[in-house]
Amino acid sequence: MAKVPSNLKFLDSHEWARVEDDGTVTVGISDHAQELLGDIVFVELPEVGKEISQSSDIAIVESVKAASDVYSPLTGEVTEINEALNDNPEIINSSPYEDGWFFKIKPQDISEMEKLLDAAAYESSSEG
Amino acid sequence: MKKTYLNEFHSAHNGNLVDFSGWEMPINYGSQINEHNEVRANVGVFDVSHMAVFDFLGDNQVEFLRKLLPNDVNKILNDERALYSPLLNENGRILDDLIVYHTGNNNFRIISNCATRQQNKLWFNENAEQFGVEVNFQEDASIIALQGPNSDKILSSLYSIDLKNFHIYQDEEVMIARTGYTGEIGYEIISNQEKGLELWNHFISKDVRPIGLAARDTLRLEAGLNLYGSDMSIDNHPYESNLGWTIDNTDTNRAYIGKESIANETNTKKLIGFYTEERGVLRAGSKVYFPGGEGVVTSGTWSPTFKKNIGFCRVDANYPAQGNALLRDKEINLHFCETNFLKHLK
Repeated sequence: MAKVPSNLKFLDSHEWARVEDDGTVTVGISDHAQELLGDIVFVELPEVGKEISQSSDIAIVESVKAASDVYSPLTGEVTEINEALNDNPEIINSSPYEDGWFFKIKPQDISEMEKLLDAAAYESSSEG
Repeated sequence: MKKTYLNEFHSAHNGNLVDFSGWEMPINYGSQINEHNEVRANVGVFDVSHMAVFDFLGDNQVEFLRKLLPNDVNKILNDERALYSPLLNENGRILDDLIVYHTGNNNFRIISNCATRQQNKLWFNENAEQFGVEVNFQEDASIIALQGPNSDKILSSLYSIDLKNFHIYQDEEVMIARTGYTGEIGYEIISNQEKGLELWNHFISKDVRPIGLAARDTLRLEAGLNLYGSDMSIDNHPYESNLGWTIDNTDTNRAYIGKESIANETNTKKLIGFYTEERGVLRAGSKVYFPGGEGVVTSGTWSPTFKKNIGFCRVDANYPAQGNALLRDKEINLHFCETNFLKHLK
């Protein structure tokens, strides 16, 4: 398994969040999550402009094996989605932390980031 | 958990091991889709040694099997070859499905599923006694499946067998049969574990990729082959499981187990295929609807070959060409078809 990037924060349901320079937050699923799911064949992304609250389900990721909800790490508004995933969802398998991002949020309250797990805490919780 | 003799190989080659009916088996070696595509385009090798091998001893094996199975081993008496059959109880319900091999001189071997091995052992013994047939369960057998359009080439690197019109080859060490569970040309090789390891390592040295059980499942689904425990069970009779073709009543005097019960089955349900062009995967247990009837999905997956959602469903027999289902609260359109997608969607 690839090392968990230390600049990311996590929900224990395997979503990651990364604060960008423009203040938006990029969201994806962890390498551990894509490994659990196996070959991903389909994602259902939210619409741009959708308002979402922290820890509520906002997207669906489906592998040959199973479908799984994706939860939002933060409260805010969806500003961008990764359209490339619609045609090539396998990017999530090959690049979960970079090219395989799901969507970006404009956070309502960036201090919600503090409720998330840091990389080390996520790594030890997902090993269990 | 039980392990096959190839367990160390699987672990050492990136195999993701899971509990499969009490056996620790590789579900994939990285990507089940790549493995699936490799078998369709080239060749792959499967460790299926968790399945159950039964050999029989005694002079009345033919009589025993003609009582035990609804398909008739009379079809394979003139050759050494294989025959598929469900295994029925007295009520005509399906206990398992299996392949019976005529290994020559009216001797037979059965390979059946992993989860049902104990049940089958008891059932075979119970029914073999009156025929003086002895049931030998092969505890430590190796079963390797070599499958894919290039499996001929790989097999020919070891055995100089004429593979045209080939059914079964046997020597002191192996039985090779032209059987499989993928819809591709392929071979299943039964031997002891020592010989199995030698064969497995030979195939790997020829760059044949090992294939996990997840790809085996999508391969068999595309080929329209039932999975016991999913598409049929002790609650089903053969006619509602797309297995009417295995019920052989040619010899009207033959009294096989379950015959009278299934003769009275009013044929109300069918096991059929479905596919949808819509996104998402309709999985086992989902309901399907159509005007005047309904059904339930028994197997559903994303098809790597056709790149769409396919599956089997058991429906009321008057089904039309199309239906609907709810997928995550959204109504989607389904096309109904025969279960062999390799034939239907090509």
